[in-house]
Amino acid sequence: MSEKVLMKGNEAIAEAAIRAGCLHYFGYPITPQTELAAYMAKRMPKIGGTFLQAESEIAAINMVYGVSSAGKRVMTSSSSPGVSLKQEGISYIAGADLPALIVNVQRGGPGLGGIQPSQSDYFQATKGGGHGDYHLIVLTPASVQEMADLVSLAFDLADKYRMPAMLLADGTMGQMMEPVELPDEAPNMIEKPWAVTGTQMKREHNIVNSLYLVPEELEKTNNERFERYKYIEENEARYESFMMDDAEICVVAFGIAARVSRNAVVEARKQGIKVGMIRPITVWPFPKKPLAEAADKVKSFISVELSMGQMIEDIKLATSCKKPVDLCYRVGGMIPSPEQVLESIKKAAGGNE
Amino acid sequence: MAVVFEKPKSLTDAPLHYCPGCTHGIIHRLVAQAIDELGIEGKTVGVAPVGCAVMAYNYFSCDMVEAAHGRAPAVATGLKRAMPENVIFTYQGDGDLASIGMAETVHSATRNENITVIFVNNAIYGMTGGQMAPTSLPGQVTQTSPYGRDVTTAGFPIRVCEMLATLDGPEYITRVAVNNVKNVKQAQKAIKKAFENQINGKGFSLVEVVSSCPTNWGMTPQDALNWIDEKMIPYYPLGVYKDRSAEKEAE
Amino acid sequence: MTTQMLIAGFGGQGVLFAGKFLAYKALLEDKQLSWLPSYGPEMRGGTANCSVIVSDEPVGSPIVSKPDVLMVMNLPSLDKYEDDVVPGGYIFVDSTLIERKIKRDDVKVFYIPATKLAKDIDAPTLANMIMIGKVIKETGIVPYDNIDKALDKVVSARKANLKEINFKALDTGYNY
Repeated sequence: MSEKVLMKGNEAIAEAAIRAGCLHYFGYPITPQTELAAYMAKRMPKIGGTFLQAESEIAAINMVYGVSSAGKRVMTSSSSPGVSLKQEGISYIAGADLPALIVNVQRGGPGLGGIQPSQSDYFQATKGGGHGDYHLIVLTPASVQEMADLVSLAFDLADKYRMPAMLLADGTMGQMMEPVELPDEAPNMIEKPWAVTGTQMKREHNIVNSLYLVPEELEKTNNERFERYKYIEENEARYESFMMDDAEICVVAFGIAARVSRNAVVEARKQGIKVGMIRPITVWPFPKKPLAEAADKVKSFISVELSMGQMIEDIKLATSCKKPVDLCYRVGGMIPSPEQVLESIKKAAGGNE
Repeated sequence: MAVVFEKPKSLTDAPLHYCPGCTHGIIHRLVAQAIDELGIEGKTVGVAPVGCAVMAYNYFSCDMVEAAHGRAPAVATGLKRAMPENVIFTYQGDGDLASIGMAETVHSATRNENITVIFVNNAIYGMTGGQMAPTSLPGQVTQTSPYGRDVTTAGFPIRVCEMLATLDGPEYITRVAVNNVKNVKQAQKAIKKAFENQINGKGFSLVEVVSSCPTNWGMTPQDALNWIDEKMIPYYPLGVYKDRSAEKEAE
Repeated sequence: MTTQMLIAGFGGQGVLFAGKFLAYKALLEDKQLSWLPSYGPEMRGGTANCSVIVSDEPVGSPIVSKPDVLMVMNLPSLDKYEDDVVPGGYIFVDSTLIERKIKRDDVKVFYIPATKLAKDIDAPTLANMIMIGKVIKETGIVPYDNIDKALDKVVSARKANLKEINFKALDTGYNY
């Protein structure tokens, strides 16, 4: 590891991506992720990489499709409205079993919405987003350090499982500055014999494609893909457990919501309330197992979200609705305060006594 | 027995799915022939469109990518940026290139992206069963212009070559046809030049091939070829619309 | 020990820079910290602010809604944030630009004519650093020794000649 530096979340993503061997970036301007593109525009020409400001989000994601077809690491970044535009391309990338990184620094919606932080693209990110049966690996950083760490993990997982990965951040995470240590190790590059690098007249031609006109074949590719998804769900779910040992109330939150909730949990503990937090680091695969285990111990859950309540559905599914799940939320670019979360915790504690 | 005619090596043995009389087969052959003659099959990657040529990836024996509708130039941009030493071409129809993918077309041209674009203009959406295309002629009857294309509501056809030639970016913009032997020979030269330009690092080269669709035009193959002469070429004149290197030499 | 600070003023007064400088000093002291700016159209000609948290513990929420320390460089910021400061907290006011006194009596307040002092030392754009010098002196949010090392981090090599004047501004505030 190199020395600790202060970086904005958006810049940490960019630098971490370059260090992970991503030399191709395509984007289109949108707030609040512009620092990421600006960083790439500055660095890429100096290291022989590609920075291209595409004519649209749609073009950008299809350029990503092209580079990924060639077997190289590649990424794009945007914010909510722009990520909606990318969905067509993301579906094709998933359908052609290509690895890629898509960064969504979320802002409030729907429509043009606002430019302040939000987590309201949770459904879009975790349930597929575009047309067809597919998933992305979705990682949710809660610090600038994680912005960097999860970028390199995202590339590794995407390559390993041949599927797109998404870094689901928000405006706060993108804009804030914290100390970060960036990795110095060479990235884990794997062979990609499926890539369209030219046959060199030494092999049959490779085809990158998502079209299967014979229904039996399309069904088969879907089934095979979901076998892989099943394995990923069992092996790649990541989370952090905070003060859960004797907890009677379990807060579930990711990203900025988890940062805010942490303050509330610490304060509630000071007041003698037995509360802990499970912070999903991947929201697909969702950490079902620790939540199911918690459901046997705690009295209730609180889902803290910057949305009208989207993750709460996954919590209920993961826990088979064994215990009540309250929702504590703000939307539209607003962020719940630690006091608001604390109130929810107190209410849950009082209501069950 | 002396062999007088051979299938280009850059075509696979897969039987083409195109309708009888469709000129896609000729155009596939011309592209493959150029690849063979330039000896670039091993480093060529083609991008197939959405449209009748969607399964072109089965027909060319080089590496192939199937792109979303209209996005082939963006996919080709990604491929070329990742592999500047490879030869990248797109093969697109009129709906793909001039309607849903117009932005990608114009912007890859203005960036002078070093790729080769083969643009097949048959003035109709073939694969979906004969709807009005951005290049359908005024008055042309299609499934979605059953009373003939009414330019007051559906607008006018787009002349892609003329439009792209106004840009400073692109290297080579030309329109050819494949309705008779003379025109096929001309098309062959243009397509080869479009690949050579890329190999020589000259930049964006687009060959528009005026083509026929007997099935959806509701004509015999021969009548369709005649209709190209009578109706299509007068609206879409053949010729070179931009050739930057030739212009420079002339100066 | 955790200090939550809010720095606010007009865009162009260097409030983000002042926060960044404090953040770097905290980094050099091996503290936990976060820096979060307001962003978007809010910053275009309007008010700019940033939250800085310096702590011995991992920082939870990076958003400062109840500052221990408020540093304000224009009247709208004082009007907006005065009531949010925790009782017993600090308010630092650029008294050249803000004529009114604060209304509360449960906080420690310091009036510094920073904009005037900046002109006096021939550094008219560095009222922000004069304010920060005073903030460090009174709150101890970060230590003052080796303060020039933090300047090395935020003043780019290209503008190395500006380091001395920044240091002078800090010193002016610290000794005011």
